[in-house]
Amino acid sequence: MLTTEEIAQIEHEISLVPQKKAACIEALKVVQQHRGWVSDEDLKDTASMLGMSPEELDSVATFYNLIFRQPVGRHVILLCDSISCWVMGYEQIRDHLMQKLQIKYGETTPDGRFTLLPNVCLGTCDRAPALMIDDHLYENVTIEELDGILHHHR
Amino acid sequence: MERPLTKHIHPDREPLSLQEYERVGGYQAVRKALLELTPEAVVTLVKDSNLRGRGGAGFNTGLKWSFVPMGPDVPRPKYLVANADEMEPGTFKDRMLLEGNPHQLIEGMILASYAIGADISYVFLRWAYKKAAHGIIKAIQEAYAAGYLGQNILGTEFSLEMHLHTGVGRYMCGEETALLNALEGKRAMPRAKPPFPQVSGLYGKPTIVNNVETLCCLPHIVNHGAEWFKGLSRTQDAGTKIYGVSGKVKRPGAWELPMGVTIRELVEEYAGGMLDGYKFKGALPGGASTDFLVEQHLDTPMDYTSIAAAGSRMGTGTMIILDDQTCPVGFVHNLQHFFAQESCGFCTPCREGLPWVEKVLLSIDRGEGRPEDMNILDFHTKYLGPGNTFCALAPGAMEPLQSALKYFREDFERHIHDHQCPWK
Repeated sequence: MLTTEEIAQIEHEISLVPQKKAACIEALKVVQQHRGWVSDEDLKDTASMLGMSPEELDSVATFYNLIFRQPVGRHVILLCDSISCWVMGYEQIRDHLMQKLQIKYGETTPDGRFTLLPNVCLGTCDRAPALMIDDHLYENVTIEELDGILHHHR
Repeated sequence: MERPLTKHIHPDREPLSLQEYERVGGYQAVRKALLELTPEAVVTLVKDSNLRGRGGAGFNTGLKWSFVPMGPDVPRPKYLVANADEMEPGTFKDRMLLEGNPHQLIEGMILASYAIGADISYVFLRWAYKKAAHGIIKAIQEAYAAGYLGQNILGTEFSLEMHLHTGVGRYMCGEETALLNALEGKRAMPRAKPPFPQVSGLYGKPTIVNNVETLCCLPHIVNHGAEWFKGLSRTQDAGTKIYGVSGKVKRPGAWELPMGVTIRELVEEYAGGMLDGYKFKGALPGGASTDFLVEQHLDTPMDYTSIAAAGSRMGTGTMIILDDQTCPVGFVHNLQHFFAQESCGFCTPCREGLPWVEKVLLSIDRGEGRPEDMNILDFHTKYLGPGNTFCALAPGAMEPLQSALKYFREDFERHIHDHQCPWK
């Protein structure tokens, strides 16, 4: 069940667009903001508010990288794997993260703290390698700094 | 050297507030256009300035606008969209403008909207640009409060609404018709053209999509004129350009410079040359979807016309350097992994072809390539080239591959012959 707050926020998004369906990405963002991810049940409830079938909404939800249809950890690490970060050695950062957290791409640490995902170019190629954790951007990342960076996100 | 777009951008401080922006001449162009010029005059001015789209296609901006139906009986509302979905790998120029001076973008959007008679405008911003989002939200609020947005701007008949839309990922959103689908809450798949968005765009209404850097040029063109704008450039393509360099150079970064500085100047002068111990081997001049240029092209001016004549595209003008200690096969494999992943899957050649290319490159990189793999790569550069796919994604992906096969062919063949990567 969507909460009263979620319903109010989705209705607000619907009021801003000429067709209900056009608010669907914003609606998914609302749900994800509150719950961290979008479950099948949340998807159905959201679809009915938008006058869409769950399948139609899921076709949108699964198209975009940053709508999560599986549970994620409290913090999501998005590691840039595009060309400038590749040239500057992001693979070492990746290997170190995987070893330290004992997870692969797409997995979450057993304590539910971190999920690790590869991500396309973060648009900060002059300060490669780069990664984001939640809303925080880290640039010119070195292996030595990684522990300190992770420490900020409990 | 004049740097109109970045003059008031200081990375170590907050962007200009509306009052600060006005104090340095901000919104004077909106006053001039709305109070003294007709929309037609603005279109003509921008057409005459030879401003070419900075998103990568390089189409004349005023000409693009001139296809929008004008007059009292046209479909409404009309839309103006700022394409701030900077996602071309290796590109970080719009971030600087978005974070550094959001009022300049808003002023440019008001001018473009006035020229085409738009009623509603959107900034389509990529999700990753959190700092930019914060600044744009604040600047839009300030512009409404000061009467530059909303009903009857500066007491004229012209009204304009502006909204920020933040995306949720996918490279395809940068393609203008796919971007419009994303704004409508659909999967970001490209649309068939014609009809072009100028006639039938967002919700089927006339729509212009312009790149951030393009829009940021507009206040300066309106203030100083078409001839001044052309005079900023060293070559036939007008204006300044935000150029960038990334890779193994001493000072990677982005700089606003006269259009037409050479690749050599960018690499050696502005980026400080290669890091000690590394040599220049090649460069993608304007993002991941542009053809490699090599040492013989170092003195080519970075403008649309000259880079095209050298066999590549200026694209976004942000260059990625390939050095001599980086494997070209691995480099191109990384690019094809990106394009294969970001294909929307709508058309077969792109959906099936790009993963095939990616796999072949991976096996060559691992020393498992066969001689006939070269042939497979060669024919893909043709079958995934222009005219064979629904949109420009796969042809763009083939640009770095076809040029790598041309300039670094021996490196590919050496992997296959030696059954290993010479760089590992």
